[in-house]
Amino acid sequence: MAVPPSIKKISDTVWEIPTSYKPGMRVPARLYATAKLLREMDDGVIDQVTNVAMLPGIVRYAFCMPDGHWGYGFPIGGVAPMDAEEGVISPGGIGFDINCGMRLVVTNLTYDDVKPHLKRLVDRLFERVPAGVGCTGFLNVPQREFRDVVEQGARWCVKKGLGWEEDLERTEERGCMAGADAGKISQKAVERGCDQIGTLGSGNHYLEIQVAKPEHVFDHEIAKVFGITIPHQVVVMFHCGSRGFGHQVATDYLQRFLRAMPTYHLSVPDRELACAPFRSPEGQDYFAAMQCAINMSFANRQVILHRIREVFSEVLGRTPEALGMRMVYDVTHNTAKLERYVVEGTARQLLIHRKGATRAFAPGADDLPEAYRQTGQPVIIGGSMETGSYVLVGVPSGEQTFFSTAHGSGRTMSRVKAKRIYNGRQLLQQMEAKGIYVRSASYAGLAEEAGGAYKDIDEVIETTELAGISKRVARFTPIGNVKG
Amino acid sequence: MPYEFLEEVAIADVAFRATGQSLEELLTSAADATMNAMVDDLGTIDRTTTKSIHVEDEAEDLLLVNFLQELIYYKDAERLLLRPDRLRVERHGRCLVLDAVVSGEPVNPKRHALKVDVKAVTFHRLRVEHTPRGWEAMVVLDV
Repeated sequence: MAVPPSIKKISDTVWEIPTSYKPGMRVPARLYATAKLLREMDDGVIDQVTNVAMLPGIVRYAFCMPDGHWGYGFPIGGVAPMDAEEGVISPGGIGFDINCGMRLVVTNLTYDDVKPHLKRLVDRLFERVPAGVGCTGFLNVPQREFRDVVEQGARWCVKKGLGWEEDLERTEERGCMAGADAGKISQKAVERGCDQIGTLGSGNHYLEIQVAKPEHVFDHEIAKVFGITIPHQVVVMFHCGSRGFGHQVATDYLQRFLRAMPTYHLSVPDRELACAPFRSPEGQDYFAAMQCAINMSFANRQVILHRIREVFSEVLGRTPEALGMRMVYDVTHNTAKLERYVVEGTARQLLIHRKGATRAFAPGADDLPEAYRQTGQPVIIGGSMETGSYVLVGVPSGEQTFFSTAHGSGRTMSRVKAKRIYNGRQLLQQMEAKGIYVRSASYAGLAEEAGGAYKDIDEVIETTELAGISKRVARFTPIGNVKG
Repeated sequence: MPYEFLEEVAIADVAFRATGQSLEELLTSAADATMNAMVDDLGTIDRTTTKSIHVEDEAEDLLLVNFLQELIYYKDAERLLLRPDRLRVERHGRCLVLDAVVSGEPVNPKRHALKVDVKAVTFHRLRVEHTPRGWEAMVVLDV
């Protein structure tokens, strides 16, 4: 990327673009990156984060996290704090895949325990957690009941026996957003999503069996609280969202906002930044519909967790309880959430848009489950399928980004280019030679997700730590992967 | 091929440029590009199921978005991969009215070499233009 001359170095990992960079910017933009990561960011990032800085009601800064890259409307890795009274809500600041997020589960198994069963585990997971274009789940949920799912989220699943009560404790918002109103969603959204509960989807969505090597546990005390206690412990991490349901909710409201904007005298430099005042009828309707999509995604990941427990239990011949398959946390990285902050001495309610950025609450935050009140919030970061993933924790100095951090390693190469450079079948063999057994619904999709198409995950994570927006707890190495 | 996927326009998404001598041809090209983002060989889609699509809008680009969104809807709601058979656009006052007959079949991973799921048509850099050479569009799909 051509770094703009007006960019100001705040520290080794924080860079500021002043409001003079582009007419209409209401606040400066801040990018979190090392000099190397900054150079590697594409030009779209600067253009998009400075566009976000133009949105009415934005408070303090428009941010981009170290894994940031070109998206639509917002950059991926974009964070925008909006004043809840004066500001707007923008579906493009959340993404079409509302509540795309991560879930992490531990086991009491070691790599040696799992190795002889690895292929069988991955093969059965590939069968029981459908992935790829047009995949449908094994739950038959009538449309009327699907409306309950989107209002109740993961709670609906646990009521149906598809999870444990403690899973809810360890899900952001206890797996159910208050204010979800199925009266605000379209019939098309219901039809697109009702048979997709318990499915991964495709693109960068995956389910991975991973190992925590002893040399990759950075904070033993916090790791212990998260349940990572055994050398070479096996964990399961997965990444997916609200599937066709959420995509349709975002599509419906993006169009409604585009039509409504003239009424509110709003104009934006990119139609993907279409927005409405948060307190307007359109803004409130979208917020209620978005909560439904958040809940669908919590339900989706809850059912997938249930399938993972079933598969491990079936293959290893012990109950999920005996296998210690406890959830660490479930956290979203595509949302807008109401949070309270003190800004210039005044307590304000802000609508924090995070698109490809993870909430990272510090120790003591009221919204954290009791188990993590002392440690801070687990932050689950999915790397590329060839490299590795992390669990981080929120820190007090994270307030500088309104407690937001990275969400993944971040792409550096377009999907189209990656497909030209990499070959899915070869990649599969190379990964198997490295000890990673992969099942994929698509060889082309696999090529697009090659490790070389992504930034260096270790550098991204180190940047979040150096900048003081989150801290490393453990790194995980992949051994088995189900890819959409 | 009246469409091409673009390497340097979108990083995490899929961008394509489509062309056509008429608006109808352009819409047909864009529909095939959208389907080709999901299925490697469009020739493997058997035309066994037929659907009618009717969308309206005042602007060509919004008409295109609405049409492609219908195809994405059927991909999820009925698992159908669809391609245009007949497509007509008429102007009724300020409104453009598109009527299409599309056909295809449900996703079959055994026969269709699948690529990546299309979530939505974005408005990012969306462009539909009538040029001296014909019609041209640029679309970024969220995948």
